[in-house]
Amino acid sequence: MEIVVCVKHVPDTEAAIRIRPDGHGIDESGLPFVMNYYDEHGVEEALRIKERLGGTVTLISAGPPRAAQALRAGLAMGADAAIHLEDAALEGADHVGVARALAAAIGAQTCDLVICGKLSTDDNAAVVGPALAEFLGFPQATAVTKLELGEGAATAHREVEGAIEVLRVALPAVISVERSINEPRYPSLPGIMKAKRTPITTKTLGDLGLTLAEVGAAAARSEVLGYASPPKRQAGRVLEGEPAEVVQELVRLLREEAKVL
Amino acid sequence: MEFELNEEHRLLQDTVREWATVRLGPLAAEMDRTGRYPPELLRELGALGLMGVFIPEQYGGGGMDTVSYCIVLEEIARAEAALAAVLSVNNSLDCYPIFAFGNERQKRTYLAELASGRKLGCYCLTEPAAGSDAASLQTSARDAGDHWVLNGTKIFVTNGVEADLLIIYARTEPTPGSGGISAFIAERADPGLSVGKVEHKLGIRASSTCEIVLEDCRLPKDRLLGERGKGFHVALATLDGGRIGIAAQALGIARAAMEDSVAYAKERKQFGRPIAAFQATQWKIADMATRIQAGRLLAYRAAWIRDQGRRHTHEAAMAKLFASETAMWAATQAVQIYGGYGYIQDYPVERHFRDAKITEIYEGTSEVQRLVIARHLLGASVRTGAS
Repeated sequence: MEIVVCVKHVPDTEAAIRIRPDGHGIDESGLPFVMNYYDEHGVEEALRIKERLGGTVTLISAGPPRAAQALRAGLAMGADAAIHLEDAALEGADHVGVARALAAAIGAQTCDLVICGKLSTDDNAAVVGPALAEFLGFPQATAVTKLELGEGAATAHREVEGAIEVLRVALPAVISVERSINEPRYPSLPGIMKAKRTPITTKTLGDLGLTLAEVGAAAARSEVLGYASPPKRQAGRVLEGEPAEVVQELVRLLREEAKVL
Repeated sequence: MEFELNEEHRLLQDTVREWATVRLGPLAAEMDRTGRYPPELLRELGALGLMGVFIPEQYGGGGMDTVSYCIVLEEIARAEAALAAVLSVNNSLDCYPIFAFGNERQKRTYLAELASGRKLGCYCLTEPAAGSDAASLQTSARDAGDHWVLNGTKIFVTNGVEADLLIIYARTEPTPGSGGISAFIAERADPGLSVGKVEHKLGIRASSTCEIVLEDCRLPKDRLLGERGKGFHVALATLDGGRIGIAAQALGIARAAMEDSVAYAKERKQFGRPIAAFQATQWKIADMATRIQAGRLLAYRAAWIRDQGRRHTHEAAMAKLFASETAMWAATQAVQIYGGYGYIQDYPVERHFRDAKITEIYEGTSEVQRLVIARHLLGASVRTGAS
């Protein structure tokens, strides 16, 4: 089973995000980056499949030079190879553009299964996985919580409102995973040392035969107009008095001020 | 000069920090109270490669360096200091001498077992009358033709209760002093070997400490570790690396004391303000951070010198001395910042205070570290006595 896992290098969700003074993008200086949590589950799922059925796990990431750290982290977990799509033009790409670039790289090699995280925690778009499936012409299942592989097809469980939906998808397919699908392993020391020795293949858009008109800013169908910080949370209010009065006042505030009742 | 951790080191730090925070930290108070740790933790550490950090991969180890070892011990001790002691003994005092002084068969037999966490090691040097003056040890090893016969009592053996493998120092020659000492590898099932008194300790309570009693203990001839009569050299070389590990463990405890103090000082209000707003608190925390950073530079530099294959005896002693005294000092400040809450077991700094003390004592007391440093500077002229 030849598996490709898409990973993204994103700001640590616990880090404080500062918006750049020009309002376009975030200030990356001193910001800790990690592999997108959903992608860690994708890598774990691929490794478990490989351990059962054999084959190889190849990681792919589109991003700036620092994105190599996410690939190293995945190699340290046990992946066999890594491809880094690194091209200044990708900075201006939208999600569909990134998906097109990933599809070109994945399409250039043998692949039975592509796994992505359901979304990346930086922009919460959940677009790249589905768009990637379209570009590759593969069937897809998103937000998968359980994956079973059969002969030429996979059975994917998805949690939908009040039920579990079970899909059968022909392989090769694109599967995006929920965090509940598994518990990712920690990289081991030998894994870290192996990751250090494993070369990361770097590719530019030109290497993939893509043009700026297909992937770069000019091709983007969506444009980010600006970033703004969410409003600061107000301090809580403590109501004092007799319980009966306090409850009455609380209900009034919830209805009239918070408008949640 | 390069003061940054490299990419592998950072990846290792992230991994161990996460494991220690998620898996170990929540168990710390209970481990301290009961005086034991869940044994499966050793297999988990082994699977991560942390039971034999600097043992090459060909022998089943983690294949990393001494700087990595510091990172591991600091992060583990930050969460829980007793497991750091367990890990440190297995890595520094068992894996290392077998790797450095063992023959190929001994390496093949023992290293993978120790590095995987399937077997645990301990180190038997100290005796009732031979502590800091280890060269005066009295345990004897008699050459009985096709086997050795060991007699004596070893004390303060960390991991002694659970250990499957023991490195034992004993006198093979009648010559007094360090010259007649040899190192041996013993296994738990060897005849004549038993656990004596189990100690109840002030701190690092989850790790075991006990006597190991040798009564006509028979060891096969091939259990001699290194050359006959060169055991004291094995012991000293082992302790150089061990001391860097204890420095890192001490830094972890000091960091725990500081980080807990920072969190508490921001939350605890007195006179209508968080106590972090008072200069008396701020200065304690600033001094803790400064000393911890200084200790880390000493420890990581000693580790780096060791990784260059250079002699690092006095650098290791300086790191161990400064880091352990920093741990004790920082834990004392932390208890003071917590006030009455620092003196009771509902908060973690009371445990850090008790855990910190051992780092000034084991693998060479602060006094012995100063002696090592002074001898390096003043030469043999300061030596007194026979050794």
